[in-house]
Amino acid sequence: MNRPAQSSIPHPSTEIYDETAAATAKRARRARRTRLSWFGKIGLALVCFWLLMAVFGPLLAPYKEGALASPFSFANYSTAHPFGTDYLGRDMLSRILIGARYTVGLALGAAVLASGIGTCLGLFAAVSARWVDEAMSRFFDALISIPSKVLALVAIAAFGSSIPMLTMIAAVAYIPGAYRISRSLAVNLMTLEYVLVARARGERLFYIARVEVLPNMIHPVLADFGLRFVFIVLLLSGLSFLGLGVQPPNADWGSLVRENIGGLSQAAPAVLMPSIAIATLTVGMNLLIDSLRRHGGFAQGGQK
Amino acid sequence: MSDVMIEVKGLRIVAGNANDGMSEIVKGVDFTVKKGEVLALIGESGSGKTTIALSLLGYTRFGCSFAGGSVRVGGTDVLTLDDAGRRALRARKVAYVAQSAAAGFNPARTLMDQVIEPALLHRLMSREAARAKAVELFRALALPAPDSIGDRYPHQVSGGQLQRVMAAMALITDPAVVVFDEPTTALDVTTQIEVLVAFKRVIKEVGATAVYVSHDLAVVAQMADRIVVLNGGEVQECGDVDQVLDAPKHEYTRALLAASAHREGRAGQGRAAAAGAAADVPLLQIRGLAAGYGRIDRHGNPAVCVLDDVNLSIARGSALGVIGESGSGKTTLARVVAGLVERASGDVLFEGKPLAAHLSGRTADQYRRIQLVFQNADTALNPSHTIEDILGRPLAFYKGLRGAAAKRRIGELLDLVKLPASTASRRPSGLSGGQKQRVNLARALAAEPSLILCDEVTSALDTVVGAAILDLLRDLRRELGVSYMFISHDISTVRAICDEVIVLYAGRRVEAGQRKLLDQPPHHPYTGLLVDSVPALKRGWLDAHRHVGAGALPPISVDSGGGELCSFRSRCSARVDGKCNAVAPPLRTLPSGAQILCHRSADELKALQPMRGAA
Repeated sequence: MNRPAQSSIPHPSTEIYDETAAATAKRARRARRTRLSWFGKIGLALVCFWLLMAVFGPLLAPYKEGALASPFSFANYSTAHPFGTDYLGRDMLSRILIGARYTVGLALGAAVLASGIGTCLGLFAAVSARWVDEAMSRFFDALISIPSKVLALVAIAAFGSSIPMLTMIAAVAYIPGAYRISRSLAVNLMTLEYVLVARARGERLFYIARVEVLPNMIHPVLADFGLRFVFIVLLLSGLSFLGLGVQPPNADWGSLVRENIGGLSQAAPAVLMPSIAIATLTVGMNLLIDSLRRHGGFAQGGQK
Repeated sequence: MSDVMIEVKGLRIVAGNANDGMSEIVKGVDFTVKKGEVLALIGESGSGKTTIALSLLGYTRFGCSFAGGSVRVGGTDVLTLDDAGRRALRARKVAYVAQSAAAGFNPARTLMDQVIEPALLHRLMSREAARAKAVELFRALALPAPDSIGDRYPHQVSGGQLQRVMAAMALITDPAVVVFDEPTTALDVTTQIEVLVAFKRVIKEVGATAVYVSHDLAVVAQMADRIVVLNGGEVQECGDVDQVLDAPKHEYTRALLAASAHREGRAGQGRAAAAGAAADVPLLQIRGLAAGYGRIDRHGNPAVCVLDDVNLSIARGSALGVIGESGSGKTTLARVVAGLVERASGDVLFEGKPLAAHLSGRTADQYRRIQLVFQNADTALNPSHTIEDILGRPLAFYKGLRGAAAKRRIGELLDLVKLPASTASRRPSGLSGGQKQRVNLARALAAEPSLILCDEVTSALDTVVGAAILDLLRDLRRELGVSYMFISHDISTVRAICDEVIVLYAGRRVEAGQRKLLDQPPHHPYTGLLVDSVPALKRGWLDAHRHVGAGALPPISVDSGGGELCSFRSRCSARVDGKCNAVAPPLRTLPSGAQILCHRSADELKALQPMRGAA
């Protein structure tokens, strides 16, 4: 059979395109990965700093946990106590460094739980039959209508405050939000043709959810994870400020603010420093998320 | 002033900025357009045709900038204008008609408000004068009810009408130059012809100079006086329509022409191979199929019925074409066969065995043997998987092929669809449209199916690339003996690949028969309309066919009979009062062997549908 005329001309779909386009695409991809904005870089640095402190803080702390290092309470900045001392004369820098693991660790644990469970359930709802989806969505709608602080107060009043309890409460309070986000992303992706192809191929729902849908929604879900982390830090700090969070002698940053609130009238750094720690962590996380989002994080799977 | 209206000299447009590296999109383009002339810019996607057209308005898309050359429109150098100058230019001299009219209108305001807006904005005429002028233009553009159509909202008129309203908006300020950017590409053929006729007439009446951007040579042949052929941002050829069509000088133009002509008429040779097996049970048989969307009522009918009483059969190794306008139910038909949409009633038999309506009721072998290829390869390939993952999955899923064996098979598949083996490690975002469509096809072939459902597989592709895909489909059929259900709105692609054809209108099969039924009348009146609406690649075709779909229809009174009347009666030029609006049409067999749903006999239809000449 004689081939048609057009096969003799260079075909856009075979040769010309190959090298140049691949190179450009690769360059663009690399550029996108490295090109965080300045704010994004600052955010990344802050978040990394606090994560390191959560791990190595106790080793770096100049004084032992709970040691009464100074005879003066609410002391001002000094070389021995760069952040001053607290209401009992303990070194504030050490308290913050040791407290980092409670604030960051608890919040991280709770955020991983909330996002992980919420995303899995959202995906499950999106790929399941309609009635399953409806039932789950209405259930989480009911849950989302309870303010997270009130939920936490009631739960603590009923079960008392402990670290596993606080993690659970924070996770439960933020699962519905994570569920909503992941479900709406997954529902959109489920109508795309590559998912239809997989369904027509006879694939199981679990495979479709895991391989076809999840990789295309992971960017927005990660950005959402960062947001949840920030919310949980604030929720836990708020609870601690009310005296319902981490219990003495341990202290997270929220408790540190509350303990030293008496120093406010003396302009003691003891009340300022933990507040700054909370602020830097949450602001840093937000800066990081914002710049991630701007770099195509929230783009839909189709045009990524 | 000389009679040269537009003069483009050495125009260069670049994308990107100096830091990230620039790429030249338009590389030194020259052309001139005389006053009152229609110039066509033709090329494939990425050839820079729209970029050049927009430069006539002094506009570049975001991220692009002018790098050199000059564009003069009626003596004004467009590129050196400041903001105020450009605004004045767009007020009086140059107007633009975009491809997608639906996206170009504000859905919250009436058409009239939007049409007269340019005139009011630039304070060219009073509101009353502008309204009168708009009505006049509506009339010239053959819009229905020109006096009142302006009071409607964009969603209340059809796509083809909206496109004409958009032309009215462009013409309201009496511009010297009108730029048409692929105005009919998104329309059905039957609508396209109405719009083309209206455009052509109005251009002549207004005496405007026009630049018509298109990728479709046949359309351009109707509209333009001269053609500029573009490829990769450079002018390949520039000349009169006759010269470019009949005696193309450049090799690229010849390739474009060959690709267009090639789509017409060349039959699949797969028939011979299929003949041996054709005697036994058909591969796929559909009887009395009804399907739709929404809630199912007590009688088992869905709320929105998309398909109604569809019958077809596909023999082993043959190809069936399914033709129809958008909304005729073609895609739903493919999805019902694939099991993605459940049918309401009817039987689907695959090799004589009934096929479960729902996916979960099918066997693994049935899954494997029916594969679906979608129109839009961009969304049909998972962007986060490599080509190797995409092709490897069906191999592992259906045949348990893994590791080296799967790699070898992926290499073979890529070779089969004529892609280099290095493609395997890429992701879909690194491939061109044509390459993606090949991967899409390779994924279906990986399952070694008996039947491939092709849903508009070439519609999103350029002519040359589309023709190559059609070639590939034909070769695959000959080599592997697969059958196709080939869904398209484009008659010439169906003609190029299919043995048998069915025509759907509003979910009903109005005609079914051999491919040659498309070539000569008598047809079902709807098939006739479709066939006559496809522009031929020669000049003057539009003038000879301007009556198509535009003539006065025989009057019929309101429906008197209940039940299943012919759905095409509201547009039919062969309708009969007292029959079409009263009784359901009978199934007739024409002398050619084709079956149609119509009250008219073959002889009557033949009289109504004059033999076409060489077409």
